[in-house]
Parts: sequence; structure tokens; C-alpha cells
Amino acid sequence: MPLMKARVYVMLKNGVLDPQGEAVRHALGSLGFDGVEGVRQGKVIELDLAEGTTEATIEQMCEKLLANTVIESYRIEVL
Amino acid sequence: MRAAVVVFPGSNCDRDMAVALKAAGADVSMVWHKDAALPDNVDLVAVPGGFSFGDYLRCGAIAAQSPICKAIVDHANRGGYVLGVCNGFQVLTETGLLPGALMRNANLKFICKSVDLKVESSNSEFTSGYAVGDVVDYPVAHHDGNYSIDTDGLKKIEAEDRVAFRYVVNPNGSVADIAGVLSENRRVLGMMPHPERAVDEGHGGTDGQALFRGLMDQLVSA
Repeated sequence: MPLMKARVYVMLKNGVLDPQGEAVRHALGSLGFDGVEGVRQGKVIELDLAEGTTEATIEQMCEKLLANTVIESYRIEVL
Repeated sequence: MRAAVVVFPGSNCDRDMAVALKAAGADVSMVWHKDAALPDNVDLVAVPGGFSFGDYLRCGAIAAQSPICKAIVDHANRGGYVLGVCNGFQVLTETGLLPGALMRNANLKFICKSVDLKVESSNSEFTSGYAVGDVVDYPVAHHDGNYSIDTDGLKKIEAEDRVAFRYVVNPNGSVADIAGVLSENRRVLGMMPHPERAVDEGHGGTDGQALFRGLMDQLVSA
């Protein structure tokens, strides 16, 4: 079956404190990397999909499972 | 009172929950996550703590899609009672039965200790055995217990007296020190601390007994 690929980026919404990103920022600072003003950590999810899967379907996947839209936003990239 | 305790792959407080419910006098059955229906005439569904599905994707996210969770949502929508503790609380927020979400603890550490909680509302079958302002000692054991809710959502649950418990000393960064939240009809309670681990002298404390006994008294007489 022919495949298409999509990539979903899931990030905490702006304004939601990201404790893991903050810890990474501190660690970069202690390694001597100055000027790291902010770090946000998210997820990348790669999907192998049947050819012809619509972006609307991928959006449903995000809404129903891949992201928790209470705290997370997502962006879909069809490759 | 007939109670069902849900078991997911990775649940680890399911039997403790069953023991606590039985000790309070409930008739308890265990249900598997693949079951599509709850046993007949169940009054209370308990969603236990643990690491359902290895906490993959997000804590509780995969469990919330399991067949039994559809039955739990139907049960709640019919006015049934649901108690979610720890991972169970995470599952209930993922199903949408409770507002908000549980994020990684603010200090990024897994916290395993006893904490003091203040009873904020006794206006529910779960908390009727306590008085507002009572301080109870329950264990917590979680990595993702940092309760998050948007400003409007917070205003709403505060105005509706739906914060059941607050931490006396906030261990995990939760908004407004929230440790437990009730649904709009007050019949669904989610909380990170473990009342079922505080029901026997051997646990080091029995402050959780009043939750199960209160529930039992209310649901038997109902």
C-alpha cells in the first residue's frame, strides 16, 4: 500500500509553564551557553499513513489522542 | 454499595483500592480495561493509581481510550459515581470527565511521601465524612501531579466549590494548591493523593477511612 508521511509537533501552549524546558535552560546555562532566554520542550510524532489520508483526519487524531488540547497545541506537517 | 475497580496494564493500586472499599463494606468486582461494560448496578467505579500503558504519550492518555473508559463515561453521564486516584485522576482528566490536566511536577522529581491536605468541601458523597477545614494525612506518589487549569476554568471550579482537597504545603506546583477536584454534579472525584493507602493502622495512618465510609453510608442510604 502506498504510504504518505505526516509529522505532528506537540508543544505546551504559550503561557503554560514548562518545567522540563526550564530545567534544560538551566543546564545549558551551567554548561556555559550564555544568552539562552527560553527553552520549550515538545514532542514530534511521525505518522506513516495510507495514501490519501486527509489533513482533517490527522487533525482528528490530534484532537482525540495525540495532543491534550487543555494544555498542548499541535501543528501538522504533511511530508 | 456495589463498586468496580478498573484494571489497566500497569495499574498498581487496584488491589489496594479493592481492599479499602471492601474494608468499608462495599461489594467489589475488578474489571479489565478491555471489558466494554461495567457489572450491572454498579454504584461506584474506582479508577486506581499506577502507570497505565507505561505512561506512554501522556499519563492516562491511552487508558482514556480503552473500551472500559467509554463505559465509565456513560456511567458518569447517567449520574454514577467515579473516584479516580493518582493515575486514575489523570485518566479522568484525559476522558474529559474532570477539567484541567496533570503535568510534570514543577521540581521534575517523583514525589513519594505523606502530605497534609485540607478538606475544602464536604459537599460531596466522597467528602461527607469530613468537615471543611479538616487536615488529613494521605500519601502521594507521583511524577505528574502538577494540576493545571486555565484562569476561567479555575474561577469556575472555585466558584462552584469543586475543589475537594488542597495541599497544605504544595509539593508539585499545582495551581491554587489543588489536590482533588469534583465534577459539576459532584459525583466524580479525581485526586492525586491516595486515600486507599491510609485506611489501615499498618499504613501509618487511617485518615482515608472516612472517605470510603462516607461514600458507603451515602450510597447505601441513597
